[in-house]
Amino acid sequence: MSDLLNAEEVKAQIEAGVPGSHVTVIPNGSPSGQHSLLLDNEHAFAVASFLRDHPALRLDYCSLVTGVDWLDTETTEKIRVKKVVDGVETEAEETRKTKVPGYLEAVYHLFSIEKKHGPVILRMRTANRTGQTQLPSLTPVWRSCEFQEREAFDLYGIVFVGHPDLRRILMWDGFADFPMRKDYHPPADGVPVAEVHA
Amino acid sequence: MADDLKELKIELSKNGIFTTTLEELYNWGRKNSVWPLTFGLACCAIEMIATTMARYDLARFGAEVFRPSPRQADLIIVSGTVTKKMAPQVVRLYNQMPEPKYVIAMGACAISGGPFRDGYNVLKGIDRYIPVDVHIPGCPPRPEALIHAFMTLQKKIEEQALAGENRPRHLRADLPSEFEVPEFGEHGLEPPANPELFPALPGNPLKVLQ
Repeated sequence: MSDLLNAEEVKAQIEAGVPGSHVTVIPNGSPSGQHSLLLDNEHAFAVASFLRDHPALRLDYCSLVTGVDWLDTETTEKIRVKKVVDGVETEAEETRKTKVPGYLEAVYHLFSIEKKHGPVILRMRTANRTGQTQLPSLTPVWRSCEFQEREAFDLYGIVFVGHPDLRRILMWDGFADFPMRKDYHPPADGVPVAEVHA
Repeated sequence: MADDLKELKIELSKNGIFTTTLEELYNWGRKNSVWPLTFGLACCAIEMIATTMARYDLARFGAEVFRPSPRQADLIIVSGTVTKKMAPQVVRLYNQMPEPKYVIAMGACAISGGPFRDGYNVLKGIDRYIPVDVHIPGCPPRPEALIHAFMTLQKKIEEQALAGENRPRHLRADLPSEFEVPEFGEHGLEPPANPELFPALPGNPLKVLQ
């Protein structure tokens, strides 16, 4: 990967070019080292336009949009607390559990047809998995996002605000579930296997 | 046919006289002109197409004419994965075919859902909604397997009685020739199976062939 597309480099360019935007680099430890950029949802649309129109970057093609479901997790840590037992101060170990709320994530892979370089990977995260699953749509910036954002909406339930035609694309209208979420269970379609060959 | 008549028939044929019955003649004609519907769903359809081509030549069995309209077809080969979104259309195509009509469920997906059985979007076998006459396992089945299924179907057609208690569905006014088309529900198809057809018990009069 050229230095131009170095994640830290792109982050610096974005934060200089789009005032107020905040970008976090999410490292990828694998040999490919394709680090991704986590955008803040408020400025994501402006950042996307900036990346597309930047004369050196010219990321004019979004090749892939997908969703990721991160479940609520619980972290446990052991902490030392001081307790007074029978008038004597002693130190004891306690386990503290912290709930980390889950979220849905949209991942975008960007390339430049003009400059023949890429990918630059963007991520956006929703506030949680249940009520607030809105993210800004990047379809107005890259037309190729249209169907793929619909797919992420269909299978993960990410609501892309600003999408021109946000309908289910694989499942039918009226389907209530989001099948690619980790807590989804397909219907049993149970039919009692009665005394078939009795 | 009574045994003495059979013997008489054999005796006559030895002397160059051909005799037959209406039933035999009728079934002989039907079994050698089973026209399948031009219809494929997944990779099994590629094997089905190969079966019709010169190397395997399904035309040898009188099935060379794949009809592009269900109104002209006698057989629907459900060749491939039936997704839940496609299932109502498959049932509708079957309903549009005139009697007598037959169904071959080709491949693991069509008979049971196959490797996608535990997924969210694949029907667990087309026999939940339409009466299947011959099931072929395989992923996909080779053309020889499809030809075997076809020959099984022909053999069963040959044995159909035109009158009496065991006459097939298309000769009985009290039995339906169309089946309920499933609806899209909130979590899957409604109902998940047609209780008249599934589980597919032997002796169910709705099945054309037993």
